[in-house]
Amino acid sequence: MTATHSLLVSSLRLGYGDRTVIESLDLTLPPGKITAIVGANACGKSTLLRSMSRLLAPRAGHVLLDGREVHKMPAKELARTLGLLPQSPVAPEGITVSDLVGRGRNPHQRLLSRWSREDDAAVAAALDATHTADLADRSVDELSGGQRQRVWIAMALAQQTDLLLLDEPTTFLDVSHQVEVLDLLTDLNRNRGTTIVMVLHDLNMAARYADHLIALADGKLHAAGEPSAVLTEDCVRAVFGLDSQVITDPTSGKPLMLPLGRHHVAITRP
Amino acid sequence: MTQLDSRPGPGAAVDRRRPARVRTLWILAALAALVLIMIASVAFGSRIVGWADIVAGVRGQTDTLAQAAVVKRIPRTFLAVAVGAALGLAGAVMQGVTRNPLADPGILGVNMGASLAVVTGIVSFGLASAAGYIWVAILGAAVAAVFVYAVGSLGRGGATPLKLALAGAAISAALASLISAFVLPRSDIATGFQSWMIGGVGGASYDSLRLVLPFLAVGFAVSLLSAKALNSLALGDDLAAGLGERVAVTRGVAALGAVLLCGASTAVAGPIAFVGLVVPHFCRLLVGLDHRWLLPFSALIGAALLTAADVVGRVVARPQEIDVGIITALIGAPFFIYFVRRQKVREL
Repeated sequence: MTATHSLLVSSLRLGYGDRTVIESLDLTLPPGKITAIVGANACGKSTLLRSMSRLLAPRAGHVLLDGREVHKMPAKELARTLGLLPQSPVAPEGITVSDLVGRGRNPHQRLLSRWSREDDAAVAAALDATHTADLADRSVDELSGGQRQRVWIAMALAQQTDLLLLDEPTTFLDVSHQVEVLDLLTDLNRNRGTTIVMVLHDLNMAARYADHLIALADGKLHAAGEPSAVLTEDCVRAVFGLDSQVITDPTSGKPLMLPLGRHHVAITRP
Repeated sequence: MTQLDSRPGPGAAVDRRRPARVRTLWILAALAALVLIMIASVAFGSRIVGWADIVAGVRGQTDTLAQAAVVKRIPRTFLAVAVGAALGLAGAVMQGVTRNPLADPGILGVNMGASLAVVTGIVSFGLASAAGYIWVAILGAAVAAVFVYAVGSLGRGGATPLKLALAGAAISAALASLISAFVLPRSDIATGFQSWMIGGVGGASYDSLRLVLPFLAVGFAVSLLSAKALNSLALGDDLAAGLGERVAVTRGVAALGAVLLCGASTAVAGPIAFVGLVVPHFCRLLVGLDHRWLLPFSALIGAALLTAADVVGRVVARPQEIDVGIITALIGAPFFIYFVRRQKVREL
């Protein structure tokens, strides 16, 4: 489980139609760490994640997993190493939790193979890790937003990949469920060594939970590194066009960004 | 949470056998029902016959009119089973491929495409062999499927359930008028076409069965082998790709299976609508959403429904027969209206 894989992006250009979203991007994602990608709306952070999980073919450049081009790997082989949870996935109407989580086993199954003992064990472990075992027979439709997101993460866990890519896993969740989901991902990273790469909207959550922060601005890399080095007032101004005050979070020791606006100005400067 | 009592403890496998047992029971029940309906299909018809004649007819004797009628019912029963299974399965596959609860070979215009292709072949190119009908019908079904999907995907939001159903209905209507335009001037073939266009299995013979079975067999195999991929597709294209499916390829292969089933069954039995719509929804209620169960079960229930509908059509208007396509429309249309009228037609 703890095999470390290298995932890197070199001179990557991405776009849709005749619009270029990302221009010549170079990145290395540290193995065994939690990386958060932050940036303003439409800066290309979801596009980057889609390309890293081979959903979007590059215009130029490469996405390399252990030195191999992601877009040329056999689909199932890639899916056994790298898992993806897209933004707000929709469950089929009436599907049960255990059925949904079981579908994460797809890349491990052959066309005619039957449900195996390993499949059972993987699903049970995924349900346990996400504290959803007692929901197993419930319909996904009946669950709360936080429970539902945990079930989706359980599905991704049943896939048993060493890398997990998540596109805004906390969108539409209230703050307690955001913390719950991010704590869960941290558990995964600490206990199993799963490399986690996620796009996050909330800068402060990103700074608190990520070991490595990537700030994108207009499809270009603005800064990457430890949150304390990346999340600065200058960075927030450059990436979001927003004046802010960055202080040290008294609970985590990580940087904490306080947005300023026309009606609020900084009272004390650290 | 009483269902969790059987769980030995944390970390142990979740009990997946309980739903599997329920599903197995339903499959066995459906099989039993199908056998009973098949027996009924041989025993009952527009001509009332006694048990002695039924037994003699099944043994192949044709000494009396009653026995001859029974002998004719046997291939008819097998054809109804084959076509019903094909349509039920094709409907389930189409609903999975398009993630659209309103998908059905009839509603999406696939059967009508097959019909138009057959009619064009006969009228314009002098197509006369039954084997030729099947190839042409499959081609027509494929063209119609691609065309309807392309039209339904135009505009914002892609192929939403309602847009796809509307595109299918509009194109079906257009194809039906084209068929009329081809057939009406030809009084020599118009009568035969009329009953074929309604859809029926009354003209069944062992020859037609033998012709269509290889196509259906391939269609069944391709469709059933797509079950696992359809499970992934049901989660959305992005997730399916993340789970290692090549989305466009698997969707194309599964659709090909459904098109084979629709084209072949339309070639022998005409464009029978609604079986493919109703059956998968009913089956989901009983065996759930896992396509590995849903697909075979839909085939079973489709066979049972179409055979039962054919029996009903033979006995309700004695001594006349009502074509099975009319009976399935009577069952299916109200269901379709109910389904569209639900507040929100969700994607599957």
